[in-house]
Amino acid sequence: MNKKQSVLLQRTYIVLVFCFMYLPIAVMIAFSFNQSKSRSYFTGFTLDWYKSLFHNEMILSALGSSLVLALASSILATVLGTLATIGINSMSRRSQLLINNISYVPVVNPEIITGVSLMLLFVMAQNFGIGGEGGIFGWTTLLIAHITFNVPYVIFNVGPKLRQLDPSLYNAALDLGCTPRQAFSKVILPQLSPAILSAFLISLTYSIDDFMISYFNSGTMQTLPIAIYSMTRKKVSPEINALSAVMFCVILTIILISNALDSRAYRRNQKAIRKAMQAEGEGVR
Amino acid sequence: MRKLTKFRKLAAALAAVCLTAVFTAAPALAADEIEVNEDISVSGDYDWRRFANDHITLNVYNWGLYISDGSDDSVNVISAFEELTGIKVNYTTFDSNESLYAKMKSGGASYDVIFPSEYMIGKMAKEGMLAPLNYDNIPNFANIGEKYTDWDFDPANVYSVPYTWGTTGLIYNTTMVEEPPTSWSALWDVEYTNNVLMFNNSRDAYAIAAKMLGLSLNPQSVEEVTTVMDALKQQKNVVQAYVMDEIFDKMEGGEAAMAPYYAGDALTMIDENPDLAFVHPEEGVNFFVDSMCIPANAKNKEAAEMFINYMCEPSVGLANCDYIGYSTPITAVWEMLDDDLKYSKIAYPDQEVLDKAEVFTTLPDEINAAMDAQWSEMKSFEEGGSGWMVIVMLLVALAISGFNIWRKLRKKSRDSY
Repeated sequence: MNKKQSVLLQRTYIVLVFCFMYLPIAVMIAFSFNQSKSRSYFTGFTLDWYKSLFHNEMILSALGSSLVLALASSILATVLGTLATIGINSMSRRSQLLINNISYVPVVNPEIITGVSLMLLFVMAQNFGIGGEGGIFGWTTLLIAHITFNVPYVIFNVGPKLRQLDPSLYNAALDLGCTPRQAFSKVILPQLSPAILSAFLISLTYSIDDFMISYFNSGTMQTLPIAIYSMTRKKVSPEINALSAVMFCVILTIILISNALDSRAYRRNQKAIRKAMQAEGEGVR
Repeated sequence: MRKLTKFRKLAAALAAVCLTAVFTAAPALAADEIEVNEDISVSGDYDWRRFANDHITLNVYNWGLYISDGSDDSVNVISAFEELTGIKVNYTTFDSNESLYAKMKSGGASYDVIFPSEYMIGKMAKEGMLAPLNYDNIPNFANIGEKYTDWDFDPANVYSVPYTWGTTGLIYNTTMVEEPPTSWSALWDVEYTNNVLMFNNSRDAYAIAAKMLGLSLNPQSVEEVTTVMDALKQQKNVVQAYVMDEIFDKMEGGEAAMAPYYAGDALTMIDENPDLAFVHPEEGVNFFVDSMCIPANAKNKEAAEMFINYMCEPSVGLANCDYIGYSTPITAVWEMLDDDLKYSKIAYPDQEVLDKAEVFTTLPDEINAAMDAQWSEMKSFEEGGSGWMVIVMLLVALAISGFNIWRKLRKKSRDSY
């Protein structure tokens, strides 16, 4: 096989892989503009589904709860997880291993088990009278459940970054006159911030996406995935396509912006390093 | 606003005759109808506002897409209820009777109004999960047609008020069949091999085969289940696919000649493709009714009864009926329908169809289990391969983990040198 052929083969393969990943989404978005409710024939272009989506109170309120829940739970989980990581990092090697493995369990555990076990726990708490007359199911349980499954992701995102840091960085900061609190907030935290941010974003997406765990712990509340699921008894309305298209575009924009910012920061960083090296080189000379 | 002007006109006219007449006329008008918005008005001799200051939130749990909620230019009956009564509604949805049941059993939620189907009402009532209704608070129950009450699953309607009902039947494409089918046995006709769709849920599929064989759709013994499932197994060669709501696209697109489905959805499909037609097979069909019930642990029972009463108002029923497309049990709503729907034999079949129709009842556990097991066996019947795949995958997984352990051990022994 000559080089041209192999390049062609590579290209086709890549195109196929991307088709496999993005074709379903493309189809979904295309059918959100479909005039009829059919899912196999395109009968004409319309924006009606977007219009009716923004008038559908149930979907919008479910979306609202999902977003608030995702934001609240991922912020709390990020804070808790980051603190936990720093705590874990200063433990003895043996207990580090132990704690890390324990935090792995919720991640590898099938979601349904996490969901049911949390539900059983909450039911038990309710039977003991916690939550009073109305019961605790609702915001409280959902928030606790989401924080629970988000914290491990934060630990596994921030942990490696923290271990990469030079341990003497902290001591150096102290030597140069920082109080421990300043050393943490001015030296360690900025170093960790990319990892913390990505942990936050991961938590956010997991939380918006989660169906299983929310399903068992939502009480009479409804998050977006639950609302969508319950619509599948009858024909799924193209409003759902429209909603998914909007969410896809929003997430895509966020990713693009954050990547652009990242690469700009990287370039600026590289430039600064180069300049510093040049200055150093001149200094030596 | 409209009510106000009406009242003013009336008052002006009457004031000319006698001032006192206004005072007697005004309450009479108010007692008649209360207009919430231009589409919804409710009976005036009911105290709708008695919970207005109690800050009640009513938890309503219904099927998805099963109420006129303001989407697709429909009337929003929930917000009208909130406006009318001052009660807040937390409206959430489920996808199947079974998930409703599981949610209630788990103790994780307490609802005030739920909408189970007939067999689930029987089961829940038997297990004491439903509260008997106080019909003093639901005077609109009188609006419900007589033939929709007193079914076997809830004699005397102690627990349930019908919401929508329907039948199953056979939908077919007139251009693809030689002569219109009249019997369920058409679904077994080899002439239509690969041109027949079938329900993809055990209970509905079973009902069709049972009716075809002249049996009840509520089996009494495991042997009966086996007989019927054998018939389904024989049908498998004829069936193109087992579907639920994929049926819309397939039938509308003319991809299959016939399929059993729910009458209300058949109307939707016929709207899209006029070549389609619908028949209630002569052996009898399944009659289903989704009803409103109040769970035994409801927090606001009286407000829930008010909600049920509201849902039985003709104007509310009409909005829901328009949106959902299933048949209404409220006589006054039926009278307001357009003639083509009102006299449609699909949505409102003749009494003789209803006489032959049967409702699902709750099955004993062992029969239920047998039905589920034989259904999945039937589905995997002849498909083959999948059983082997599991074993192969297990072996691969074992081999990989074995290899990993061996590598670790070797590394360890090497390290210990």
